[in-house]
Amino acid sequence: MAAASATTEEVKLLGLWVSPYVTRAGIALNLKKVGYEFVQVEVLGQKSEILVKSNPVYKKIPVLIHQGKPICESAIIVEYIDEIWTSEAPILPSHPLDRAVARFWATYIDDKVGLLAFPCGIRFYAPNSIFFWQLLALLKALAVEAAEESSKAETVDQVTEVLQLLEDAFAECSHGKDCFGGDTIGYVDIVLGSCLGWIKAVEEMENVRLLDEKKVPLLVGWAERFLQDKAVKEVTPERDEYVQYAKMISASAR
Amino acid sequence: MDQPPSSVKLLGSWADSHTHRVQLALKLKGLEFEYQEEDFINPSPALLLHNPVYKKVPALLHGGRSIVESIVILQYIDETWTDNPIMPADPSERAVIRFWCHFTDDKLAPAVGLVFSSSGEGQKAAVDQVHENLKLLERELKDGAFKGRRFFGGDKIGLLDIVLGCGSYWLAVFEEVMEVKLIDPNPSPSSMHGCETSRSNRR
Repeated sequence: MAAASATTEEVKLLGLWVSPYVTRAGIALNLKKVGYEFVQVEVLGQKSEILVKSNPVYKKIPVLIHQGKPICESAIIVEYIDEIWTSEAPILPSHPLDRAVARFWATYIDDKVGLLAFPCGIRFYAPNSIFFWQLLALLKALAVEAAEESSKAETVDQVTEVLQLLEDAFAECSHGKDCFGGDTIGYVDIVLGSCLGWIKAVEEMENVRLLDEKKVPLLVGWAERFLQDKAVKEVTPERDEYVQYAKMISASAR
Repeated sequence: MDQPPSSVKLLGSWADSHTHRVQLALKLKGLEFEYQEEDFINPSPALLLHNPVYKKVPALLHGGRSIVESIVILQYIDETWTDNPIMPADPSERAVIRFWCHFTDDKLAPAVGLVFSSSGEGQKAAVDQVHENLKLLERELKDGAFKGRRFFGGDKIGLLDIVLGCGSYWLAVFEEVMEVKLIDPNPSPSSMHGCETSRSNRR
């Protein structure tokens, strides 16, 4: 089992910070105080060779490479990080039932990421964009084709429903403390919190309120605290970066 | 941490492969449990109570709580009853198992479903997709993470064997009903062997 401070050569993270999935891995590594080399993967143009080699099945980011072995899928990467570097605060709870509850909410959130992070008719089409093929597939699945007011309102309603459920989940998991994980950032915090950057960017781009303190006050409070955490701040782009990225992808599609 | 056997109850459906996963895991752990058959088209009040978010089987009831989502349930079972582990101890091996479980539910199972729900050229494309997916698994058995193993879990049936194995008979059913060949014994001899070994171990 590696020490908490692995040498930078041992740990590589492939990705782009605008991907919430990549942010998850970054947060987990930071919480564990693990040094790593970040390898930015090109979005447009040819797929990066190191990415195709290390994730031949999906060819998607993030990929964590530790001691030469690639680990794929963000939720799996986070659990891996938690199981390898055990000297810092645990990410998953210790009791099997609490772990099952955490994994359940992570599964639910991942089910709904397309809705949470990319609602309201944002259309991206970039054939060589690894990250946005995922997004496009999600958007297609949601059949969000146009930013008409009625479908936008419907999507906002759907997002509100999801957030309402997560508000209840927060009450259940936090036991009155600051995080889904209790006193410290845990698995569900990371899985959901990684989407906050996009949620806020979409609020701005589409002029909608998704995280409404009247409807989901606990989540709003949690989101503010989460985004201020040092481990999170470092790997979460500024809102404008998300907005610019969305514009760039839209423009390149035309 | 051993619980009295009668405290475990499973809400499931006879035709649901996710239910079978949980039944198999409980049996591998030597656990007795109460089984309640559910109509998965019309969820009962019990199912709505225990799985309010998804309203689906399976749901495992234990210690006054309900656990849902089959892969979550399997890990819960493994972590609560620690004899005869179904997950490896090594974190990188665990990540590999989790990855292929995700692949099964995310890519393989939907591809198989598409074979069943499509026809003509679309079905041919869907069959090709299933073959492609099975080839990826086959590659891991031949040269990759699972090289030389009797089961994906090594010498004994593990979590991935359960997840894959509890869908394999449906492949045979689809093949018969749709008159398509999903598992070609020539390209995938080792996964055929794996399926058969899993199947015979389940009886």
